[in-house]
Amino acid sequence: MSKKKTGFTIALAVATLITGGVLLTLADEFTKKDLQRWQEEYMSVVKTGRELWVSPDLGTNGVACAQCHPNAANTHPETYPKFQQQLGRVVGLRDMINWCILNPLEGEPLEFDDSRMVAIEAYITYERRGVPLAPGKH
Amino acid sequence: MNNSDITRRSFLKDMGALVTLGSLPLSLVELAFAGSTKNFRFAYISDAHIQHIKGTKFVRNWDRGLIRAVAEANLLQPKPDFVLFGGDLAQLGTKAELDHGAEMLAKLKYKFYCVMGEHDYYLDLGKYWSELFGPHYYSWDHKGVHFVVLNSILTYDEWTYDRWPTAEQRMLEMAGLDNPNGSPFMVGEKQREWLRKDLEKVKKDTPVVVFSHSPIQKIYKGWNFWTDDAEEVQALLSSFVDVTVVYGHVHQIQYNQLGNISFQSVMATAWPWPYPQSYAQAESYLPKITIPMNRAHPFFERDATGWQFIDIEMGRIAMHYNLYNNTNRTVAYNPKTGQPEDKDYQSPENRISPQIHY
Repeated sequence: MSKKKTGFTIALAVATLITGGVLLTLADEFTKKDLQRWQEEYMSVVKTGRELWVSPDLGTNGVACAQCHPNAANTHPETYPKFQQQLGRVVGLRDMINWCILNPLEGEPLEFDDSRMVAIEAYITYERRGVPLAPGKH
Repeated sequence: MNNSDITRRSFLKDMGALVTLGSLPLSLVELAFAGSTKNFRFAYISDAHIQHIKGTKFVRNWDRGLIRAVAEANLLQPKPDFVLFGGDLAQLGTKAELDHGAEMLAKLKYKFYCVMGEHDYYLDLGKYWSELFGPHYYSWDHKGVHFVVLNSILTYDEWTYDRWPTAEQRMLEMAGLDNPNGSPFMVGEKQREWLRKDLEKVKKDTPVVVFSHSPIQKIYKGWNFWTDDAEEVQALLSSFVDVTVVYGHVHQIQYNQLGNISFQSVMATAWPWPYPQSYAQAESYLPKITIPMNRAHPFFERDATGWQFIDIEMGRIAMHYNLYNNTNRTVAYNPKTGQPEDKDYQSPENRISPQIHY
């Protein structure tokens, strides 16, 4: 028996012991409460994204994303990845977020896995919800 | 007022000017004669959003937009009779921003008039702006046209005076275009009463041109492309034959015709804004006759910004948009259709792909 499997068996035994034989967490089932919590988790990141969107501190010159993109309009997240003429290659939304931080905001680009990057993306796509995907569209 | 009245009055005025200018070169004398016609030109610069960083530092990008507009307007031939600045000279209404902007505007070689924008107003309610530029609303007559400047960015008293702990916060709350804590713009009762009285002395066939920062019409409330008492103001203007409202604030090309009133927006020198229909979560009412400006190209810093010169012809306007990184546009009143129309793009078959916003 592998280490992983042993671990699983022990965990199962402990869970069985605790719950008196009934396993409560099934992988393929979730409750309304779960859904609510997950949505709240997502919305809290959207909220962080919105705060960054209007923040004068994301860049260095006090300019905020929202100054040019109220409600994240004219960002077209549904069109990425796409060929970006001036960059000469197909890029993701994150490349363009960094382009804006670097240029109009005169700031430092974010790492692609920076939690702030995820939050900004969450906010942009939230404002664009309901719009069909149109990858590659100019 | 008929044509001969205007001509006689302007002629007498110009004769006075000629006496004073008697020793000047011939070209200037000709200019004085040219001024006695009903047609003339003025320039319109708007929405510079001069933004202070700290110390002597300001956001370079927005500075460049205004510097360029002023420099180009100074080269205009034929020369404009005056220049309008359409509001939002500052970003957060500070003395530093207004001073820096005023210094750039002072390089204009022409007389200029200023309109109040919300970014100029909500820090000190226009106090310092007034020291620089004068009253918040006023009117004057020029070559047979009655011009009115309105302060259209006022709002409910409770919002202005009671809601915010500090003036700085009030300014910040109004400065965010998409901020749900903002409040709808309005001209307000006091100023409407002033306008009613001001227009009492104007003959009904005198062309009236109104300058406001916000549109005196309702396009999209969420971004204050909107004036809450637009209908009341329109009603005061409805009995005149030729009325045009020119407004800033929207950072994009818009035009409309409502009854006798033509509406035309001007571009920002700072940055463009999306058309409201680009915001998927809201409904807006972009005038059907508007052919939008091209979608802004982010890699061209000055794309979808610019300034305007405006020809007044028989009391109606032809707006020439000088677009820094794009083909210039002209939107002029068409007497045959009775509405403003783009000179090149108005027919559906002439529309081009960059004009499609989504």
